[in-house]
Amino acid sequence: MAGKIATRNAYGEALVELAEKYPELVVLDADLSGATMSKFFAAAYPDRFFDCGIAECNMTGIAAGLAADGFKPFANTFAMFAAGRAYEQVRNSVGYPHLNVKIVGSHGGVSVGEDGATHQCIEDFALMREIPGMLVCCPCDGHEMRLAVEALLNYEGPAYLRLERPATEIFTDETEGYEFALGKGAVLRDGSDVSIVAAGIMVGKALEAAKLLETEGVSARVIDMHTIKPLDTGLLLKAARETGCVVTSEEHSVLGGLGGAVCEYLSGACPVPVVRHGVEDDFGRSGTANAVLEYFGLTAEGIAEKARLAIRLKK
Amino acid sequence: MEKLPVKDLQRMAAKGRLLAVDAVHTAASGHPGGSLSCMDMLTALYFNEMNVDPKNPRMEERDRFVLSKGHCAPALYAVLALRGFFPVEELKLLRSIKAHLSGHPDMRHVPGVDMSTGSLGQGLSTAVGMAMAAKLRGSARRCYAVCGDGEMAEGQIWEAAMAAAKWKLDNLCIFVDVNGLQIDGRTADVMPLEPLDKKFEAFNWNVIKTDGHDFSAILAALAQARENKGAPTAILAATVKGKGVSFMENQAGWHGKAPNDEQFAQAKAELEARIKELEGN
Repeated sequence: MAGKIATRNAYGEALVELAEKYPELVVLDADLSGATMSKFFAAAYPDRFFDCGIAECNMTGIAAGLAADGFKPFANTFAMFAAGRAYEQVRNSVGYPHLNVKIVGSHGGVSVGEDGATHQCIEDFALMREIPGMLVCCPCDGHEMRLAVEALLNYEGPAYLRLERPATEIFTDETEGYEFALGKGAVLRDGSDVSIVAAGIMVGKALEAAKLLETEGVSARVIDMHTIKPLDTGLLLKAARETGCVVTSEEHSVLGGLGGAVCEYLSGACPVPVVRHGVEDDFGRSGTANAVLEYFGLTAEGIAEKARLAIRLKK
Repeated sequence: MEKLPVKDLQRMAAKGRLLAVDAVHTAASGHPGGSLSCMDMLTALYFNEMNVDPKNPRMEERDRFVLSKGHCAPALYAVLALRGFFPVEELKLLRSIKAHLSGHPDMRHVPGVDMSTGSLGQGLSTAVGMAMAAKLRGSARRCYAVCGDGEMAEGQIWEAAMAAAKWKLDNLCIFVDVNGLQIDGRTADVMPLEPLDKKFEAFNWNVIKTDGHDFSAILAALAQARENKGAPTAILAATVKGKGVSFMENQAGWHGKAPNDEQFAQAKAELEARIKELEGN
């Protein structure tokens, strides 16, 4: 299909597209429907949309109550408030009773841009994956997002879905052999010297990094790890064994997110060098999305640099 | 089941108090004070007001209940057991690793529990969601919740209160167990909440003040709530923390402490005397 779309827009469109097929789908927002793109659903299905106002904790509880009745609520706000402010509500009212609520955190990562650190959530993967039984997903492009939304509608249980703000290229629809399933990573490019395991908008940059590395004679495998929990350990183990080192890349703190999950697994299963690429224990900054991403080195070159390091660390 | 009349409700509540205190004593931990203060409202709900079926705890058209003050699980468990959701003998396993009766209500493991609660302030939001669900389905079923008065300090309560009024949830009725005490002392000292009636009124709720230990008044309040249209109802029930056990009454120290053997013997004697007195009527 090619072209650019933000995953939040693809998400908003998917909700509308799937509404008839899934009558139990209801959508909540906390006064950010114009930004989370739940506004499309609100306009098309006003009777199934609930604006809870600027009260994320209450929205989370309402979603739990609706799920207890068999509805499939998608509760939307910025990642910062979905996973951060309402963390304990997600843990105790959704996670502990294992209710079928989808917590949707839009504007994840630093690519939020101008709004700055207070609105740039780089801890959501870590917070959400700590909750027992919680699925954590961050699709890499608009095509994958559409597939993820439908997969989540068919998945019974609590889940966190991260959306991102900037419009990015769609590529998974044209990737040969690409298939989407929750909990299964997708190999987007094969390689033998290093595996780059990425999520969200960093997947596109990882593909660019692989091209850069190719010019240096380095063969990089790129894995789209859209589901951070449960982690596709089989795919990861194979990649670690076959390429001997791993780079993780995410628009998230290097603490506790995809990089943390990969290290936790590989340290006990196949301890090869793992170099984590992300935000180094810092808060975000204001600036255009691209300027902020560059500030933190969240670029194709930044990934390539980590890949070179990982390869050097191989024995 | 027939709706129990006031006299039988009194007797049932006295039995529930004994079972709850017995369970807390056996567990050697738990929250007797608030369990005793909310026992009458719970008994009224499960033995007179709510449409539930112990043989079919997940019956779709049942009324829903959320114990937002989840630490009073001993009271809820005692009432559920007396109502037949599980054997009364299981109450002896309150808080035990061997059983399903966790310290705070767990909807996944305790028959009759509609929502897992325990973290204060969260239960009411889930009750709002359940009431919205009933409206969405065009169902006449109702949703009830019991909140603590100390719990009113949680901001989320007022987020939920605004939402319930926005969506005109007249199928939602909550009790606030106004016993005036919380862990650190009097609510009036820890975080003053009065005038609570005016607060709920300002949030566009239907407000009823009642004696939380007078079954006739409780049933009248519930009936009034059912008749009220277009707004949720808050029944502000004046209660005595530790009600029914003389040395626990109005003592904040009994919020979360189990009686020792000697204290339990006295509590048991008092409650058994009360049951006998009510049976003699």
